[in-house]
Amino acid sequence: MNASAVVTVEGFVAESLATHGRDPRHLLQHLIRVQQRFSYVPDAAVEALSAALDVTRTQVRAAVAFYAFLHERPRGAFEIRFSDNITDRMLGSRRLIRLLIERLGLSGLPAWGRDLIRDDGRVSVGLASCTGMCDQGPALLVNGQAVTNLDAQRVDRIADLVQEGIPLERWPGEFFRVENNIRRRGLLLGNPATDGAALRRLVDEGADAALAEVERSGLRGRGGAGFTTALKWRFCREAPGTDRYVVCNADEGEPGTFKDRVLLTDYADLVIEGMTVCAGVIGARRGFLYLRGEYRYLLPHLESVLQRRRAEGLLGTRILGRDGFDFDIEIHLGAGAYICGEESALIESLEGKRGVTRKRPPFPVTSGFDDQPTVVNNVETFLASARVVQWGGYWLRGEGTDQSAGSKILSVSGDCARPGIYEYPFGTPVHRVLSDCGAENTQAVQISGAAGATLSPAEFDRIIAFEDLPTAGSFMIFDDSRDLLDMVRNFAAFFAHESCGFCTPCRVGGALLRNLVEKVAAGQGSEYDLSEMRHIGAVMREASYCGLGHTAPNHVLNTLDKFPSIYRRRLAREAHTPSFDLDAALSEARGIAGRDDPGTHIHKLSGETA
Amino acid sequence: MSKTFKLDGREIPFETGQTIMDAALAAGVYIPHLCHNPEFAPHGSCRVCVVDVGGRQVSACTAAASEGMEVDSSSEAIQATRRAILQMLFVEGNHVCPACEKSGACQLQAVAYYTGMLAPHFTHFFPRRPVDASHPDVVIDFNRCILCELCVRASRDHDGKRVFAISGRGLESHLVIDSASGLLGDSSFAASDKAAHVCPTGAILPKGRGYETPIGERLYDREPISIVGDVRAHEEEVL
Repeated sequence: MNASAVVTVEGFVAESLATHGRDPRHLLQHLIRVQQRFSYVPDAAVEALSAALDVTRTQVRAAVAFYAFLHERPRGAFEIRFSDNITDRMLGSRRLIRLLIERLGLSGLPAWGRDLIRDDGRVSVGLASCTGMCDQGPALLVNGQAVTNLDAQRVDRIADLVQEGIPLERWPGEFFRVENNIRRRGLLLGNPATDGAALRRLVDEGADAALAEVERSGLRGRGGAGFTTALKWRFCREAPGTDRYVVCNADEGEPGTFKDRVLLTDYADLVIEGMTVCAGVIGARRGFLYLRGEYRYLLPHLESVLQRRRAEGLLGTRILGRDGFDFDIEIHLGAGAYICGEESALIESLEGKRGVTRKRPPFPVTSGFDDQPTVVNNVETFLASARVVQWGGYWLRGEGTDQSAGSKILSVSGDCARPGIYEYPFGTPVHRVLSDCGAENTQAVQISGAAGATLSPAEFDRIIAFEDLPTAGSFMIFDDSRDLLDMVRNFAAFFAHESCGFCTPCRVGGALLRNLVEKVAAGQGSEYDLSEMRHIGAVMREASYCGLGHTAPNHVLNTLDKFPSIYRRRLAREAHTPSFDLDAALSEARGIAGRDDPGTHIHKLSGETA
Repeated sequence: MSKTFKLDGREIPFETGQTIMDAALAAGVYIPHLCHNPEFAPHGSCRVCVVDVGGRQVSACTAAASEGMEVDSSSEAIQATRRAILQMLFVEGNHVCPACEKSGACQLQAVAYYTGMLAPHFTHFFPRRPVDASHPDVVIDFNRCILCELCVRASRDHDGKRVFAISGRGLESHLVIDSASGLLGDSSFAASDKAAHVCPTGAILPKGRGYETPIGERLYDREPISIVGDVRAHEEEVL
């Protein structure tokens, strides 16, 4: 299934080391290649990489255990992962998973961290967090390649292809087709063309002038947090260091977000131009594009754009012929870890480690990659900054609000007629988006992903802006036919799965919260459990180490406030209800005693109110 | 004249670069903590040292002290947060105090008492975790590990051995040992390593010395942790 002629693990690792180098920071990239080739990371690869890269075998194994797309044990020759975002579920993914499992002769259902692997090693079926195809789901990954628009017919065909052992290269091309679905173009999406104009202006007018334009524009980070871009660049530029780095955060992991996928497909030149402009401003010679593993299908395209820009003198040494303006970009892949969207965890991952958030301060602008000053910006931010430098800061200011200049690109999915990419000026109300995309009878909007806010119809006049509804772009719509508890269950499981495990509130609290949500969903909850959910959520929000833990309970706390009925209608009793069956727990004792008379049974609790 | 900040109303002097924890410990004021050990770089993972600074909760071990800041480390709200965090640690592992030979000299237990925690409150996870008795001098009971990474840091930064690491993620995070078999006995670990002497719980214990001090007469049986401080400072008395 792989073109590589090398068959032994040791040989493959040696080849990977020879091609990609022995920098310990490339550990993750080597591991991803090994995983792709062998469907797991064999012990021999652990030993070989440990010996070659000066990392302990334990550090190698720890990395394998951390990233969801790396495995200690073999997966199937066809490794299939269904995207398990709530939007996939709403499009019927659960039914399709069952269908595929049945067709492949597997039994049970995959769960987080539990893949079904067929005995003959031909195929395995597991889950993935949102794969960024919500506008054309349900979706899955097969050996890392995205398959979209699943229906029963397509799943049936996939089962046949697997049974017949047809290699992926010979699967029907339309399975892998990813549409852009751009529905509304604004400042940024209006025109993908670039001829290096921003870079020319940088070279002609100098770094100070370019930075002044970014400053004038009021551009703020599009990843959701909204830090002023010019300030970030200035801090990095002025920080002491021997080297500087530019990092593009293309680890678009927030459930329901897929705009970076489209930007990297059709606007890659502008994104890379923005990175190059940033490098010119801060004085960086190296940059990284950290691409989430789910988008690895974009890798050849992105490499070819980089290559063309090098040939055009827009990247590499002596950019636009200017001495000393050297900058090049490497693409690093992620391997299934939501936390790596957080900039300091992303840097840890770039350095080949487990993606655990760093202590801040120091912030990456002073101590980032290799402890050197580093700018980490979102894909959309680099795109916008290229245009700002090309067309001037006032161009961006022409749209938006005082505090939120310019436009925001939204990824719209869920219950609407036209899911896809919508670009709006900041200040656009939620109801405008809903009517444009053809959403009807909308019960709730989940904005800015699972970590964001759950909006009820009373809030649809609120506006997309940093001062009201800041968002990285995810916009998931739920109509009144949906049970919002399904969303809560999906998000609670997502956060328990994606917690990096570093700090206590997120690691343990997230798992406790998931279990309580499941308890309520099973009809075993009581008022007490709801107050426990609030209690745990508050501790996570206040005391967690990083933003993941701070925001992970939002969906529970929001829905408890705004949609209490989704919980209350399932409460078995007002007061405490145990999650276990007391009478069943006595069955072993009854067996030992050889009795089964009424005196050995615990009957329905008295005083029941529900 | 050095700079000061207010900790529960008391003026605490500090030098630039010190954390709230550094300054408090230097002034003899106790802020409960588990993953913090002044001999190693601040970690900030256990969150037990959470304090309130201007309405925001931060970990005292990582937050820099600054002139005039007002820090609340003793209100009921802060103690309640710490209690919940400790209860999370108790239900995450298998901490059976009455059956643990570290009982009475265990920092986890002592900090729990300090915050007023009397029961684990949350539903136990009861994970299945092994005990590693393969090493001749030291035993590791993973049931009691709270992932503070002190042994990881001590082995890496002090002993220069990198014997320990954290693997997995989320609730599956766990301590692993660097040897071909994964057993401590096959690693380069020695009882004289710093890493053998930093565990705040009973997860890493020397063999052959259990119960030398009878229960009831142990470190924290005599005085609370807020007076006697960390167990590592009293190692010889408590073994």
